[in-house]
Formats: sequence, C-alpha cells, structure tokens
Amino acid sequence: MREVAIIGIGMTKFGELWDKSFRELVAEAGIQAILDAGIEGEEIDALYLGGMSTGRFIGQEHVGPLAVEVAGLEDLHLPATRVEAACASGGVAMHQGFLAVASGMYDIVVVGGAEKMTDVVGGEATNILASAADREWESFFGITFPGLYALIAKYHMHKYGTTQEQLAMVAVKNHYNGSMNPKAQFRRKISVEDVLKSPLVADPLHLLDCSPITDGAAVAILAPLDIAKKYTDKIVKIKASALACDTLSYHGRKRFDSLPAAVEAAKRAYKMAGIEPKDVDLAEVHDCFTIAEIIAIEDLGFVEKGKGGKATEEGLTALDGEIPVNTSGGLKAKGHPVGATGVAQINELVMQLRGEAGERQVKDATIGLAHNVGGSGGTAVVHILEAI
Amino acid sequence: MGVARYWREIPARYNLIGKKCGVCGKVYFPPRIVCPKCRRKSIGKMEDYKLSGKGTVESFTVIRVPPPEFEGKSPYVMALIKMDEGCYLTGQIVDCSIDEVHIGMRVEACLRRIQEDGKRGAIYYGYKFRKAEE
Repeated sequence: MREVAIIGIGMTKFGELWDKSFRELVAEAGIQAILDAGIEGEEIDALYLGGMSTGRFIGQEHVGPLAVEVAGLEDLHLPATRVEAACASGGVAMHQGFLAVASGMYDIVVVGGAEKMTDVVGGEATNILASAADREWESFFGITFPGLYALIAKYHMHKYGTTQEQLAMVAVKNHYNGSMNPKAQFRRKISVEDVLKSPLVADPLHLLDCSPITDGAAVAILAPLDIAKKYTDKIVKIKASALACDTLSYHGRKRFDSLPAAVEAAKRAYKMAGIEPKDVDLAEVHDCFTIAEIIAIEDLGFVEKGKGGKATEEGLTALDGEIPVNTSGGLKAKGHPVGATGVAQINELVMQLRGEAGERQVKDATIGLAHNVGGSGGTAVVHILEAI
Repeated sequence: MGVARYWREIPARYNLIGKKCGVCGKVYFPPRIVCPKCRRKSIGKMEDYKLSGKGTVESFTVIRVPPPEFEGKSPYVMALIKMDEGCYLTGQIVDCSIDEVHIGMRVEACLRRIQEDGKRGAIYYGYKFRKAEE
C-alpha cells in the first residue's frame, strides 16, 4: 500500500447561499483546490464526490458526471463516483479516494463533498435528513433526527449526570471558534444562557444545540506521498483512514451511550497510524448536536466514557485546551452541508497542520484527527493526518 | 408512496410479530432476516414470534418540531423502549401527560393511528405505548 498525502484543499463559504447553485458550489471549491495544489486538469486521474441527498434536495442524482462537467474534464472521460453515506458522505468519499491512491490504481485523485440544502422549503429538509435514520422503524413512527440525538442525550444525562449546561458549553465553544473562521455560517459568539433560552427542538436539545441547514462544498486533492513533494513543501500525510458501520437504527445498537462504529473506526485508525489518543494535537469531530461532541471525545478515547461533559466544562477541548476540538467552529457554527462536512473537516485539519489557520491556529499542531458520522452512528469515518 | 409499502409491514406494526432465532432463541424486533449472532446457521431458521407488548422506557424525548407527516401533533413523546423479550424499539408514548414519562417507566403496546397519506390517502396504523402497571 502506498503512502498518501493531501496536496490541495478548497472550500466555499458555508451558509444559506441563495445566489449559488449546487454546480457553482462544486466548481468554486474545486477551483480553489486545483489552484492550491498547483495541478492541471490533465493530471487528475479520478474524482469522488460525497453528497447525501442531491436527489431530494435539488432533484438531481447522477452528480458524478455533473462534477466532471463543471470542472471541464469531460474530454478526459474522468472516472467519477458519487458516494453516499448520509452525513458521512464526505468522509466516506475521502476513504474511497485514499484507497484509490494507496492501491496504486490512481495517482492524483480529487475528493469533494457538496450539499445544497436551502432550495427546499418548510419541513422538507428535516424530512430529508430523517432518511438517514431507519425510515420503516424509526422515522415512520415520528422520531426526527434531533429526536434521535435527544434520546442519546437523555440516556447520557441519566447515566452519567451530564448536564444541559455542559451540552450548551459545546455550542458556546464552537461558536467562539467559528467567530474566527471567515467561512463559517455563524460568526456570532453565544452564551450558555443563549443556548438554554433558545426554543426546545427535542428535549433536552434546544435550537442552539443543533447544527444548522447549510449550503456548501469542500474539496481535497490526494496524491501518493512521493509525488506530493513535487507539488508542495507543506505536505500533510494521511496517516490513517478507517471506516466502520453499525445498525442503521439507533435502537438496534449494543450501546446507547456511545456510537460503537465510531469507537471501532477510531481503534482501527489509531492502529493504522501507530499512535494513541494522547498523541492527537487537535480534532474535528461530528458535532451535529452538542451531545454528539461529548460522546465523540469519549469514543475517540480523549476522555473516559461518561466524562465528556465534565471535560468540556473544564476546557479540555477549548482552543487553548489540551486537545482543541472543532477549531473550525464545527458543524454547529461552521455549518453542516451534510455531504460536504467530512471533506470540510479535512480542510480545517490541513490548514491547521500547515500553520495557515490564522487567528484560530493551534500552536505546533502536528497530528490532527477527523471524526465524521453518518446518521445516528450507522457509519463512522476517522482520518488521522500528520504534517511532515 | 404506494400502500404496499405499509401493507407488507402490517404483521409487525399491528401485532408486534418479530422473529426468533431457531438456533440461539434470541428474539428480534423489528424483525430480522438473519440472526447476527448465529448468522449462517440461522438461515431459514428465523421463526415468527409475537412480542408480549410489555416493555420499559430506556430513554425519551419530547418532539417539539415534528416532521411534515406529524404537523399539528407536537409536542409528543418518543421513547427508546426495551421490550421484555430483550429487544429494543422506538415508539411514541401516549395517554399520559409529558411530565409523567420517565426512564424506567413500564409501558404496554396499543394499536393507534400513526400517520396518513394526505387527506384522501391511506391511514397507516401501528404500535404506540401507554403506561402499564409497575
């Protein structure tokens, strides 16, 4: 297996981008990444595009060739694959791109993720997102996506004494980090009181415990490590790429206070990278809801099971903490265009590892971890990146 | 959506018919095609099994922002329920005030209207849960 590096990144601003279409978003992130990598179209061997529900959000499936067309690469008849794994579509696209390069099949691979979520109105987006859960045995009976994470939150609070304030602190921290990210959807700092005063969506989760509906796209360009040196001096290596799955439904799991697939993906990634949780300098985790970040830092082994709330309260995961989590603002403040999220996390890690994160730069960051989750934990992807 | 999609789930949704592995005896609901413990050995040996309908609330939430099919029904309680047979499912808690619901509460299944396909479409029924004697 060949070693794989990231030679270019690109990302649109995240937000309610009414003036931009799906194809414009894909093009914008792609062009940024191509310019960043300094490559020509002819050098690209393959493309993977993560998208959760383009069919229902914009009535357009078959977005592989759409990406080829917007990139003007049709004369090369580039092999393009659309990847779907709900909110982990971007992370799984990264995994596919990694496999393609590591195997020796392709050299330069473009991995993208995109979602255009604001072209649907009313409760439609909520309904589309609910398709990441089990339609027949969960959504059919009236549970929503925030509802599923609320079940996890309630369970965690009951079992470990995690508090609403601790949940709120995740949102406060991520909004603070997002205030320093020019591409974030929300750049406004909030307080614990703001979160607790916001309307309840699914008890105990308030509106400000939830990530928003977002438009956006992100791209990363992969190459074999030996070739990468030709393109850039700031090489970021993919030390590990691991994917794990579980039951589609939350009620089918072996544990309810954890996402077992995330635990397994992390275990595989640490083994592949030859590192331990304590070696990680910063992490981008899948905080689709505040409780998700608390269980993520437990599942990733940064803290013991049940101590995620307390650790957040004590500042372990703050920008100046021992292990800064979601320096980008996370899904909560940066925004969560579902298919793009996994690749956006990679964008943030690469910026941090190159030392290009500006105001929110983590000092001496060498090893970064990305944790991307699909549904309520049916899919989990963990990537570990290293600056070399 | 075609009615066949709902019709074929009627045994499970009306009568809580799940599956029991003929090899290890473990009960599954929602019904499973293969036992994840016995896998290959369980092929062709998964038998229908009717649940007692009794269970315990393991976690719950109050849905305040409902999906379009449940517009006007909120707030309502959804729970993770451990059935007495050992399997878990997701269901609505009815016939009691929201404040009464708690983790550890005993519940029993009842047949109720779940949702409908617009004003003129089919009405879909299935299980919900009400408070049972402790």
